Amino acid sequence: MKALFNYFIFPGFLFSVCAGLLAGWVDRKVTARIQWRVGPPWYQNFADIFKLFAKETIIPERAQATFLLSPLIGFLGAVLAATIIGVSVFYPASSFVADLIVVIYLLMIPAVALILGASSSANPLASVGASREMKLVLGYELPFILSIITVIIKTGGVIRLSGIINHQVSFGPLIYSFSGGIAFVVALLCAQAKLGFVPFDVAEAEQEIMAGALIEYSGFALALFKLTKACLLYALPVLLAVLFIGKDLSPLFLAFKFLLILTLMILIKNTNPRLRIDQVLRFFWGPVTILAALGTVLALFGK
Amino acid sequence: MNLKTKALTKSIWAFHVSAGSCNNCDIEILDCLTPRFDIERFGIQLIGSVRHADVLLITGAMNRKSVPLMKRIYEQAPKPVFVVAVGICACSQNMFKDSYNVCEPLDKILPVDVYIPGCPPKPEAIISGIVKMVNKFKDKNK
Repeated sequence: MKALFNYFIFPGFLFSVCAGLLAGWVDRKVTARIQWRVGPPWYQNFADIFKLFAKETIIPERAQATFLLSPLIGFLGAVLAATIIGVSVFYPASSFVADLIVVIYLLMIPAVALILGASSSANPLASVGASREMKLVLGYELPFILSIITVIIKTGGVIRLSGIINHQVSFGPLIYSFSGGIAFVVALLCAQAKLGFVPFDVAEAEQEIMAGALIEYSGFALALFKLTKACLLYALPVLLAVLFIGKDLSPLFLAFKFLLILTLMILIKNTNPRLRIDQVLRFFWGPVTILAALGTVLALFGK
Repeated sequence: MNLKTKALTKSIWAFHVSAGSCNNCDIEILDCLTPRFDIERFGIQLIGSVRHADVLLITGAMNRKSVPLMKRIYEQAPKPVFVVAVGICACSQNMFKDSYNVCEPLDKILPVDVYIPGCPPKPEAIISGIVKMVNKFKDKNK
């Protein structure tokens, strides 16, 4: 019963989606202010989602069965990841051992669902988007996991999110060490790529391949993809806050840290042009992975 | 006014179709997105795929090449979708009326909801046209 409540209402579905949609509004509003515009009202993303549910859903003639299944899979995965992260922050007692590993896997699922859905939609531009998303996943997963390994080494082998918070409560935030700082920068860039934010939005490149992977989606399937993205927009900054600046995570401080990381991401998004897919891969496999490996080595030496 | 109508009027995603215009109306449509007019504050966005569209902004005179494409694009858009004829060419063909390859005005091909005349129409005129379209939709769905 409690698990269902957690999944559907409080740190799960309802809460994370609402928080994610509001975070999406913060993103649009800050972007607008940077561009000297006014920006949309706070309920804009909610209106978008309700509108998409009211629209017709078109299924292309040659689409496979996974066309409608994959948005659902991605959404369920993202909600489950948000739930596990939320439970370990709000109810640390009821989190389970090794939930960090489960979260790493669950955060992969939305990207896999996007690839699956795009490649089953029988559209050439969608398949371009799917292949780019696949390369992007190959690019950012390695440094992301290396930066999380740095965290695990720094905390002495803890693979439980509430354990990592406890460690930081007694020994101070991880970001204040050399390796923790490096790992935070790497994880921030990887989160940017996971969200598909601008320097790494090759899969969705609006101006180039017309919404790429999402090109054939309409109505509630598109709404589910938007909700998945909203869920990730809530879950990833909270995960970064838990892993690196998780000293005091009472609701007010958590909201402040969440907004801090979110604003950092939005500023990176608005001050960089989109990279080509080969540049993205070179960036992630070159400097970012070397940086992440350096952070891991420093952590092994206790820095 | 129910929730569905409200959501439809508060979040309008526009798909921009050029049926062979001289690019002037297209630039004026892009002007609506600039900081001076900023139509994103009303929830209006320009989107890349016709599958996400709520409004088709069609510019230019219909010629033999673009008529079948216009019909196909209209069929590809998820309903309810609105068609806005932007510029005098899309409304009534303007000076291309007697041209050899121009077929017929847009409203003989698709059900047009709003006409925005002008060569090109000012961004204010485009925004006013969209507001009229929204009001028409609200009156219809009271």
